[in-house]
Amino acid sequence: MSFLTDYKRVAGLGSAKSGTEHFIEQRLSAIALIPLGVAFLYTFIGALGAGHETVIETYSRPIPALIAIMFIWAMFAHLRMGLQVVIEDYISGERARMRALIINALIWRGAAIVGVFAIAKIAFLA
Amino acid sequence: MVELALPKNSRMTTGKTWPKPDGATNVRKVQIYRWNPDDGQNPRLDTYFVDMDSCGPMVLDVLIKIKNEIDPTLTFRRSCREGICGSCAMNIDGINTLACIYGLDEIKGDIKIYPLPHMSVVKDLIPDLTHFYAQHASIMPWLETKTNRPAKEWRQSIDDRKKLDGLYECVMCASCSTSCPSYWWNSDRYLGPAALLHAYRWIIDSRDEATGARLDELEDPFKLYRCHTIMNCAKTCPKGLNPAKAIAEIKKMMVERTI
Repeated sequence: MSFLTDYKRVAGLGSAKSGTEHFIEQRLSAIALIPLGVAFLYTFIGALGAGHETVIETYSRPIPALIAIMFIWAMFAHLRMGLQVVIEDYISGERARMRALIINALIWRGAAIVGVFAIAKIAFLA
Repeated sequence: MVELALPKNSRMTTGKTWPKPDGATNVRKVQIYRWNPDDGQNPRLDTYFVDMDSCGPMVLDVLIKIKNEIDPTLTFRRSCREGICGSCAMNIDGINTLACIYGLDEIKGDIKIYPLPHMSVVKDLIPDLTHFYAQHASIMPWLETKTNRPAKEWRQSIDDRKKLDGLYECVMCASCSTSCPSYWWNSDRYLGPAALLHAYRWIIDSRDEATGARLDELEDPFKLYRCHTIMNCAKTCPKGLNPAKAIAEIKKMMVERTI
């Protein structure tokens, strides 16, 4: 309970002067994922169920490896930004929201690095 | 915050059923949300029966008839009775709209009337719009200029004036903002469709000289970017306006000045 005026409540901490970058990035990654998703599936289905050697052979070629890396990077970036919006929408407790945002920011970047590393390992060492 | 269940003291109970009018042949059942801040009771749904042969054609006519002839304690806002003041916005038959311009013939079956959703209730059908009005005030709904005031008026071409059509007609009834899930969950920080439509009305005004400052003020993950183009605002607006489009135009301007 505190005696804040209505205007003071609305003004809050003022404008963050950000958000547009996030808006643009989310749309760019969405656009990028259309061709990347198709290309990734095309290369991946060829190797799917064909045995270890075929998978290694596929991803040791530069084009499938690059497509996979770009797809993983864009997909996890898009996922992270999308989930960030969901968290901001639905979790309102200041601490719970902060915790969820930190976990979200770290976990998908980590997942992207793991994915890129895995493909790179095959591409360079196979 | 998402709330899937109503708090205990907001749960609806079955209210009073008022007697049917004597000798009436054309009767409609009307159920209305009632809540009195003074009696400590939970909100209830009262049932009235209205003789349609002696009632006007609009939902507001039903409310006025009930207040005049059946239950004088029924509380609601109304003023102009022609959709220009925005006072009688309420949830009718599941739609946020103005009672004065919503025809009874548009409602199939019983008539159900609730206050605007997800707002604090002052009494019965009256929501507390204090925060909503403060949000409107925060977008500076007036002409901001730095240039010395001209001898006569600030001039505007016919084409530039046309850009305000579909924006200036808003009567601030709050139907759109209270239909927006993003506004339900985050109205403490999200300005909502009505305030943002008004913000765009001044951003796009050729005479206004504070365009950049206005955009600066709105550039915020919550104030503006909580809009996820759900489109309830455009669907429910009793004046047929499209706040979602105005918000999209603001976002386009944000992108334009960034890239």
